[in-house]
Amino acid sequence: MAGTHASSLHVPGDSSVHRLSPQCKLAAAVAFVFIVVATPREQIWAFGVYAMALVAVARLAAIPPGLVARRLSIDTPFLAFAAFLPFFAGGDQLGHGWWSLSVDGLWAAWNIVAKGTLGVTTSIILTGTTPLPALIAGLDRLHAPRAFTAITSFMVRYAEVIAGEMHRMKIARESRGHDPRWIWQIRAIAHSAGTLFVRSYERGERVHLAMRSRGFDGAMPRFSDDAAARRDWLTAAVLPAAALVVAAGAWVVQT
Amino acid sequence: MTPILEVEALAYAYPDGHQALFGIDLRIDAGERVAILGPNGAGKTTLVLHLNGIHLPGHGSVRVAGTAVAKDSLKEIRRRVGLVFQDPDDQLFMPTVREDVAFGPANLGFRGADLDERVHQALAAVGMDHVAERSPHHLSFGQRRRVAVATVLAMEPDVLVLDEPSSNLDPASRRELADILQGLEQTILMVTHDLPYALELCPRSLVMNDGTIVADGKTADVLGDRALMEANRLELPFGFDPRNIRP
Repeated sequence: MAGTHASSLHVPGDSSVHRLSPQCKLAAAVAFVFIVVATPREQIWAFGVYAMALVAVARLAAIPPGLVARRLSIDTPFLAFAAFLPFFAGGDQLGHGWWSLSVDGLWAAWNIVAKGTLGVTTSIILTGTTPLPALIAGLDRLHAPRAFTAITSFMVRYAEVIAGEMHRMKIARESRGHDPRWIWQIRAIAHSAGTLFVRSYERGERVHLAMRSRGFDGAMPRFSDDAAARRDWLTAAVLPAAALVVAAGAWVVQT
Repeated sequence: MTPILEVEALAYAYPDGHQALFGIDLRIDAGERVAILGPNGAGKTTLVLHLNGIHLPGHGSVRVAGTAVAKDSLKEIRRRVGLVFQDPDDQLFMPTVREDVAFGPANLGFRGADLDERVHQALAAVGMDHVAERSPHHLSFGQRRRVAVATVLAMEPDVLVLDEPSSNLDPASRRELADILQGLEQTILMVTHDLPYALELCPRSLVMNDGTIVADGKTADVLGDRALMEANRLELPFGFDPRNIRP
């Protein structure tokens, strides 16, 4: 279930990374990813340094390496796409005939693999050390549009409710002997999907009614008024600041 | 004394033309606990949605502590009349219990320590202070129903309106909720099919059918009137006799 999965991303702990204000972590993570993306791909050493920095943060947060590796699997489709590039890209070729690999393609593949993996690892550490509601509160503190944070938080809240409804409908279908094996038996599932959509829509209307009953007038109230301590900002800035130095070094070497 | 709720000649038709209420007259004094009984489709929920201005009267008037329910008084009306919906999953939409209970008072402009105090008071009133940081989804159904009551109590309403408060509760949760409701000083109006619950909690009952109030009296008398009960599709549980219950 998507909802269960989403809420279980958080790895409970009490490390200094866990304790940082969510908005500081969010800002640091986004800044870090931008710096990584802006680093010239030819400076392979720079990516090694980034990776080591992330390993250090993950260790500090006591996130098990195995867990990071498992969650990195979400990266697989991009890696698969990257693996094709050396075979199909044009430009200078290494080798001969159908064994040839494009130089540009290799660099492009490396670029995707390195930057993608670093980016995903950063999010894994962020979501591993910050509960989802706190992340949403952090986004709110960073002045993300209120409609966006509200929709995200509803999504998180209702994913499990809707998944539960879906599950009950599946049981009800199977209890009446529905055992789909062939594509033409999909009709019942399609009907269930339609019903689920209508039910969710109606639930949306009822939730809106409940919100209006408690004085909702179109703007979600802001709860997370607690600004982050200066120390939190400074601590969180260590990672992107270090990355910035590395990136600057990489550009200097490059030119 | 001004009644806390006063409904006069209220009629309402839904936009699709379906007429749900045909001239409701009703007067409820502060501190009363009143049950609204009646078959499905009698207009009970439609009436309830008029009490805090979700529906505005098509004809007639609704007054809360003397203030007419109208577009410009909605904020005040919704503070005074709290609605607890039947499905707590509709009522609890925020990521944590604390934020959900804070939603109403925050809309009223409360912030900081005042807001925290309201949240604490409301959760304590339903015995749910210890789950403040949890997600509503991870609570039992009975706990969710109690938190749903707290979300409304946090607005410190004068009137608490509950739609089917005992539905889907196991017997112990049903009892715990009754104890909580007994302890509240607010005026309480509850829509229910659970007749023993109405008898236990509400000295007065209204019976609705086809968009009108067909009976209004002491709950024990209403439940004891077999002709009235049969005419309005109301049935007591097997073996239950209201005459055996002492007030």
